[in-house]
Amino acid sequence: MEPLDIELDEGELELPNDPMQVNMGPAHPAMHGTVRMVVELSGETITKVDVQIGYLHRGFEKMCERGTWTQVFPYVDRLNYASPMLNNVGFALAVEKMLGVTVPERCQHYRVVLGELARICDHLVCSGAMAMELGAFTPFLYFCKARELIWDVFEEETGARVTHSFGRVGGMAKEPTPAFKEMVRNALPAVRALIDDGEKLLLANRIFLDRIENVGVMPKDLAVALGWTGVVLRSTGVPYDVRKVHPYLTYDRYDFDVPVGTRGDNYDRFMCRQEEIRQSTRIIEQALEQMADEGPINIDDPRIVLPPKDEVYSTIEGTIQHFKIVMEGIKVPAGECYSYTEAGNGELGFYMVSDGSGTPYRVRIRPPCFATMQGIEKMIVGGMVPDVVPTFGSVNMIGGECDH
Amino acid sequence: MSQTQRYVFEGSQQGFATTRLEDLLNWAKKYSLFQYPFVTACCAMEFMALASPRFDMARFGAEAPRFSPRQSDLLWVVGTISQRQAPILKTVYDQMADPKYVLAFGTCASCGGFYDNYTTLAGIDKVVPVDVYVPGCPPRPESVIDGLLLLQDKIQRGDRTPGIVKPRTDPHQVAKALAEHSPLVPLRTSKS
Amino acid sequence: MSKRVLDRLNQVFGDAILETHSQHGDDTAVVEASRWREVARFLRDDERCAMNHFIDLTAVDYSDRREPRYEVVLHIRSLEKLHRVRLKARIGEPPSIDSLAEVWAGANWFERECFDMFGVDFVGHPNLRRILLYPEFVGHPLRKDYPAQMTQPLVEYRPEAIGKLPPFSEHEGMPFGRQTHDRAAAHVNALGFTDE
Repeated sequence: MEPLDIELDEGELELPNDPMQVNMGPAHPAMHGTVRMVVELSGETITKVDVQIGYLHRGFEKMCERGTWTQVFPYVDRLNYASPMLNNVGFALAVEKMLGVTVPERCQHYRVVLGELARICDHLVCSGAMAMELGAFTPFLYFCKARELIWDVFEEETGARVTHSFGRVGGMAKEPTPAFKEMVRNALPAVRALIDDGEKLLLANRIFLDRIENVGVMPKDLAVALGWTGVVLRSTGVPYDVRKVHPYLTYDRYDFDVPVGTRGDNYDRFMCRQEEIRQSTRIIEQALEQMADEGPINIDDPRIVLPPKDEVYSTIEGTIQHFKIVMEGIKVPAGECYSYTEAGNGELGFYMVSDGSGTPYRVRIRPPCFATMQGIEKMIVGGMVPDVVPTFGSVNMIGGECDH
Repeated sequence: MSQTQRYVFEGSQQGFATTRLEDLLNWAKKYSLFQYPFVTACCAMEFMALASPRFDMARFGAEAPRFSPRQSDLLWVVGTISQRQAPILKTVYDQMADPKYVLAFGTCASCGGFYDNYTTLAGIDKVVPVDVYVPGCPPRPESVIDGLLLLQDKIQRGDRTPGIVKPRTDPHQVAKALAEHSPLVPLRTSKS
Repeated sequence: MSKRVLDRLNQVFGDAILETHSQHGDDTAVVEASRWREVARFLRDDERCAMNHFIDLTAVDYSDRREPRYEVVLHIRSLEKLHRVRLKARIGEPPSIDSLAEVWAGANWFERECFDMFGVDFVGHPNLRRILLYPEFVGHPLRKDYPAQMTQPLVEYRPEAIGKLPPFSEHEGMPFGRQTHDRAAAHVNALGFTDE
């Protein structure tokens, strides 16, 4: 046996003071399954963090090069799967910009209504998931219920609950159903009531407020340099909303406000989202007013839009036209373009290169989340480990979009 | 009555019940599935809907999520698994204690879906064995509940061959079609 | 409106601006690759341009179509003046260009992604490593010569799961009738390579 009184180095008697490395994710409930953070801790304070994304990289851009322009729509759906309709509209607008066509006014209003409904869903998912990760399960159930009401409208219109693939180049896949306006008008008050209820539960809760106020602060200048857009940028006090600054579709005809924050913390992001939901309902109401009950949805161009089904089955012209569009794809003139819209998380851009054939040569998506995720590092360093959860929750990272 | 369709409890109307120990254990297992949600992608939206009031998975005894694989029996693989994610999925599966079941939620988890490319794992069955496949992109909550019931049925029977949720016909439509063709024949004749 | 930015670029840099156009209303300037960072910094700091909002950075592989092969594409906008501009630089093999990470903080991850997907080497980047794919991955998938279906698995597949397992039939989920710009796929098929 060794003697007990062996000489010890002074240093060995001290507690180890190396920083501790902790691995969060990707199989972590608060990391949405697709992000890994390697954090270096000093006590409980984060001193360094390495954010690793890419666990949901599905090769969107490569898949786009293997099919026609129209075949991109299903992939687009699955980018930001919390609000697929906004992506559909964004991509359709991008191809239309290259083709140099504009859809009829009725379709523009229709796209706005469906898009804003999707935006409400997106914000509900984010706020609900953030609350759930902080332990507030009940508001999540309220928000889910509100989302179901909107999904009922989507299901009636498009046939699918989540991934609609409803956008088309030069219009939409189908006309609005006869009861469309009535359905939306009926759903909105119920949705608003549920959101008010859920919000009351959260904003009267000391724990929730303490965990989000002054946590995850992002300065304005850095946010701009990082390429932040959307709600997260507006929460820092920059009133940049594509719908207001560079209006597309018919957004210049509606009266709505752009909520901005002041500090850029989690509280501001949460409140901006909640306010945007209310503004979206305002837009929807105005768009429904202005939307005509009759009129074409698709543009009148046989090179772009599929003929009606009965024509395909009964006339030779219709058959040929259908065959050409389906088999060869829409011929988009050679060139390049960048088109951007306001999606759920910010500016969703498509940079596209066409070589004049029916297949995209290159489709580049500019995902708003990707830029936002860069800022996470700045927001959580210096904070505590539990602050990571609300901060990460409040930026609404959507894996499909962030990882392409 | 075939061998596989035994009642778990017999004779309960006499005030006592007899069963086989194995059946009893299976019965207990199937109604107390602790689940580990391995949630990655789009299907998460439907998974949330499944937990929310309208569809309420808790009705089937599969409510409690456990975020430690060591405490769970049922691995829900919800969404696309990329090649980068595959080792993590395998680790999680290996860490689970027996008996363990795997449910592939959605087309991507079942066979890779339309992501046949350099980065996507073409179905989680390449890495871990799967008990129930639920097709759909994403599947409707009803079909997921179908899948859950199928899994419970398989647990009761002790059957580990992979199963797939078949598309359902709408009973109202069937009734309507039948009524149109032969209005006088009742749909089901009862012998008793 | 942002035409004026192009005019100003032409004025200040002259020869370094190889070409400008405004197709579909997107104002574009092709910059000589050696002066990439200089032009970018000018656009950010010049009072009349003030392009402080970073939007996007990516690349396009024009293999066989055009020489030089790669084109790095940058989108930026001005928060106050509301104009946007697209900068492009053409680079050949092996692709290499100055990093913009010190000009806009946001360029950091976008350049990492570009490196990951195209293998463009950004000189002066603080942390140039793969971001979307795993470090073990060989090659750069968005290059036109990378076959779309060539997987590089990290874990060994279960021996019984080489083909499709029941309840799926062998031909389920087969792609059909796809037209593609993926020239590599044809080449690989000729070699008898499949991804399984």
